[in-house]
Amino acid sequence: MNNKLYGKLIIELSHPGRKGYSLPHSEYEGYTPADLPAHLLRGKAPELPECDEPTVVRHYTNHSANNFGVTSGFYPLGSCTMKYNPVINEEVAAMQQFAGLHPLQPAETCQGALRIYHELQSMLAAITGLSQFTLNPCAGAHGELTGLMVIRAYHQSRGDDCRTKVLIPDSAHGTNPASAAVCGLEVVEVKSQADGTVDVDDLKSKLDEGVACMMMTNPNTLGLFEHNIPEIQTLVHQCGGLMYYDGANLNPMLGVCRPGDMGFDVMHINLHKTFSTPHGGGGPGSGPVGVRAGLEPFLPTPRVVQGDDGTFSVKTGQYEQSLGSIGQFFGNYAVVLRAYAYILTMGRENIGMVGPLATLNANYIKEQLRDDYLLPIDSPCMHEFVFDGLRDKSQGVTTMDVAKRLLDYGYHAPTIYFPLLFHESLMIEPTENESKETIDGFIEVMHSIAREAQTNPDEVKSAPHNTPIGRVDDVLAAKNPVLTWKHTQA
Amino acid sequence: MSKVLEGLYYSESHEYVRIDGQYGYVGITDYAQNALGNVVYVDMPDVDDDVEAGAEFGAVESVKAASDLNSPVSGTVVEVNEALADQPELLNADAYANWIIKVELSNPDELNDLMDAAAYEAFCANH
Amino acid sequence: MSHKYFPHTEADIHDMLEAVGHKSLDQLFDVIPDSIRFKGDYDLPAGMSELELRRHLEQLGQQNTLLTIFAGAGIYDHYTPSVVPNIIARSEYLTSYTPYQAEISQGTLHYIFEFQSMMAELTGMDISNASMYDGATATAEAAIMAVAVAKKADTVLISATIDPKIRRVVDTYAHYHGIKTATIEAHDGTTDRLDLERKLAAGGVAGVVVQMPNYYGIVEDYTGFADLIHESKALFIINSVAADLAVLKTPGQWGADVAVGDGQSLGIPMSYGGPSVGYMCCTERLVRKMPGRIVGMTRDNRGNRAFVLTLQAREQHIRRQKATSNICSNQSLMALFATVYMSLMGKQGLVEAANMSYAGAHYMCQKLIATGHFTLEYDQPFFNEFCLRYDGDIDALQAKCLEQGFMAGIKTGEHTIMFAVTEKRTKEEIDRLVEVIGHNLYQDGNN
Repeated sequence: MNNKLYGKLIIELSHPGRKGYSLPHSEYEGYTPADLPAHLLRGKAPELPECDEPTVVRHYTNHSANNFGVTSGFYPLGSCTMKYNPVINEEVAAMQQFAGLHPLQPAETCQGALRIYHELQSMLAAITGLSQFTLNPCAGAHGELTGLMVIRAYHQSRGDDCRTKVLIPDSAHGTNPASAAVCGLEVVEVKSQADGTVDVDDLKSKLDEGVACMMMTNPNTLGLFEHNIPEIQTLVHQCGGLMYYDGANLNPMLGVCRPGDMGFDVMHINLHKTFSTPHGGGGPGSGPVGVRAGLEPFLPTPRVVQGDDGTFSVKTGQYEQSLGSIGQFFGNYAVVLRAYAYILTMGRENIGMVGPLATLNANYIKEQLRDDYLLPIDSPCMHEFVFDGLRDKSQGVTTMDVAKRLLDYGYHAPTIYFPLLFHESLMIEPTENESKETIDGFIEVMHSIAREAQTNPDEVKSAPHNTPIGRVDDVLAAKNPVLTWKHTQA
Repeated sequence: MSKVLEGLYYSESHEYVRIDGQYGYVGITDYAQNALGNVVYVDMPDVDDDVEAGAEFGAVESVKAASDLNSPVSGTVVEVNEALADQPELLNADAYANWIIKVELSNPDELNDLMDAAAYEAFCANH
Repeated sequence: MSHKYFPHTEADIHDMLEAVGHKSLDQLFDVIPDSIRFKGDYDLPAGMSELELRRHLEQLGQQNTLLTIFAGAGIYDHYTPSVVPNIIARSEYLTSYTPYQAEISQGTLHYIFEFQSMMAELTGMDISNASMYDGATATAEAAIMAVAVAKKADTVLISATIDPKIRRVVDTYAHYHGIKTATIEAHDGTTDRLDLERKLAAGGVAGVVVQMPNYYGIVEDYTGFADLIHESKALFIINSVAADLAVLKTPGQWGADVAVGDGQSLGIPMSYGGPSVGYMCCTERLVRKMPGRIVGMTRDNRGNRAFVLTLQAREQHIRRQKATSNICSNQSLMALFATVYMSLMGKQGLVEAANMSYAGAHYMCQKLIATGHFTLEYDQPFFNEFCLRYDGDIDALQAKCLEQGFMAGIKTGEHTIMFAVTEKRTKEEIDRLVEVIGHNLYQDGNN
């Protein structure tokens, strides 16, 4: 990471007549789009940059230096599971034998690709204790939507059209209620009790024959295990609803607990969290959806299936109860490849250590910092936990300030102002890939920021100082949206 | 301490209505603008749209929050405050001087369901 | 217990457990009821060394056959400049999260702003978001957006000439979201304008979706569509193959309100269908109704120009069930891919590649027709994909071509087949494929 701002736009480097590409000379004579009726043509080439290749390479290299990634340093971003992204997985994803496949080419010419897809489905089923997975969803929220569609399709198949409510704890990620709304379902919020877990009495008061399902993240967004889950799942099932597991926090459960054994019927997994595929600055991710036995018919198409002769094929159309299609092809196949490589690299003997080590790291940080930071709920955490800002807020130093000051010390900030249950939420998730030394270094810096908040609060409030840019004016950005370079010229 | 004006009617979702004959001027309270922070956008209905007491008619956005606008009264929108389109920050400057919509009331009895200044002040103190 | 991804030594674990007051790792999970603890072994393969893994994947890779692709239907075999994969492999881009901390994410924020600018330019629209999953989901989201904008109308009309895969996705989203879809009939491979008029007149229409070039590769004429649609207060939504817009009349020029589609044609490897990058662009008026992330320009407190995620009050993490969409993760890295591609190809390169694709497709089409066994299914202008009628057995013909390493088109009906040509195909490859086809036609005729 370079702390000097590069800050240019490629269009500013453009000069008429320069080019950054080389194509073969056209071998065809007499065919040109100019033969099309003029009113079907745009008439004028798009105003895209005109740059030579070295300029383009340097431009994007310089920009990358103003970015912080997991490879740059500790990234304790709560709820995002910023684990190490293995390099070998990138090599695998780029292999031409996979990258060069057209999704509609005959199944007999992509048996290797289909085998991987099919095996990963089975591996995820084994890890979660469910029956069947689809890898089609492209992201976690896409998986949530798909999972909710499975649930609706299930209820509709029984002629039970009145189940239109989704119970969602107030601590849930925003995607849960948003996915429910996209799926045409009504959101009913369930309260948390003082210990941060679901209030079972409040849940009971909201159970009726209109409930399609309950969506839960377990451990929840406070990093706490919902220990009442056996009772909760029994209550929801008794009233005819299904249990949906949001796999956002699956990481600490590896080696510890399986969603299927907890009583969940449908779930999604974020391959870009638990299974180490890179976040890519916001995607592509992958959000496989799993179901318990009995719900397989409702999964989306296309499906990858293995025939009696051991060969694999792609099936669409013949699944009457399927919810339909949720994407053009099979989702983000290159992400699937990476997750497959990760699971094979870990193997059955190591994957079970992920949860315990991630949880150890989180508890260790929590215990070392609780003197300086306010722990609103004092109970053992799983892979992450939430502070409610500094313990001593007398100098007016906020969670935002602490987060920004961390950037000066070369750390990515934790997740801030989520969950919404506390005013000054600061959510820390270290993952299993961080060493004791890394974590000790972070703890020391967090202590020193807490001290600074007393001795030199202005230094913290005006942070960051040691970054390519300072704090940005969000109000200006939202009030006068400048969203393309054409707007900048206006 | 947020400002509460005498003579207005207040809703629990922090809108007010100022009555002028058969018309009501609807806006958000000082408490509401304070809670939102810098307002960056006001989503307003069109003239001639119908609004219903307790139902959503628009939204106010700040950078990190958005709040639905619920009409305290039923009726028809006869005017919207166009100034807010370019200067949403007027709501922060003076929420009461800068109403959002002007409504021709269809059921003035609804005013009885709203709070007066004293009641609203007490309501805010408890929330 | 030791693995290359775990830094913990036994001594570290011991010390850290002591610091948190536990005797064993197991004790960390005492809060979990014993009845649901997982105690068995996962039914998974044993861990592989890197050498074994590489060997294993190479073996699986050999079970795939790389073909010379003369097919499209949503995914095209375009040329990728070597610079692009090299840039997107930079770990500062690859391993970063969504750029919520603007101070240490200017790299990501700049390229998203550039992506938005280039997509707006390419589609002729005012603005763009930071990407969608793929062209199909972008279209479905546009349909939902149209209904949200319309408030009172709940039907989206979709041309019969759209890719059926996209239609299936729109129908799935619509069914569960609770909006209606209806089909505008096709007339000689294009959207039937009279049927559109009839269906608009029936009322309740919030949006109209067409595809350009359409599923059959045809460049349709939408003259008058925008006025008709806007008279009914509906949104005009055009789905396009991104690369073709370098040459074809843009959604903006046709008067569209929303432009959506897939950006895979911008040099992104086929990768068995994904990841590609969906895009969504719209008019200024609709900016706050648009789903997905958006980056905007602003200033920092040191006076620098800076970029930041903006208009977030539309999004799920703030608006929850009232958000314009549930989308959160998008296809950011593939947006970078498309951005670097467009930076290299630039104003002239995109046009040149599009011209070559066009020329190759027309050359091939003429050669196939010259065999005397193919006819154009529709007498309409096409771009780089075209639909032919063949009275013989298409499956048998494709199988013969497959033996020679060709993916020869996509069968769209008992006797219709659709071919696609990109700038990556050579004249020699076309000649060879036509020769293989010609040879098998002859045999076919003898049977």
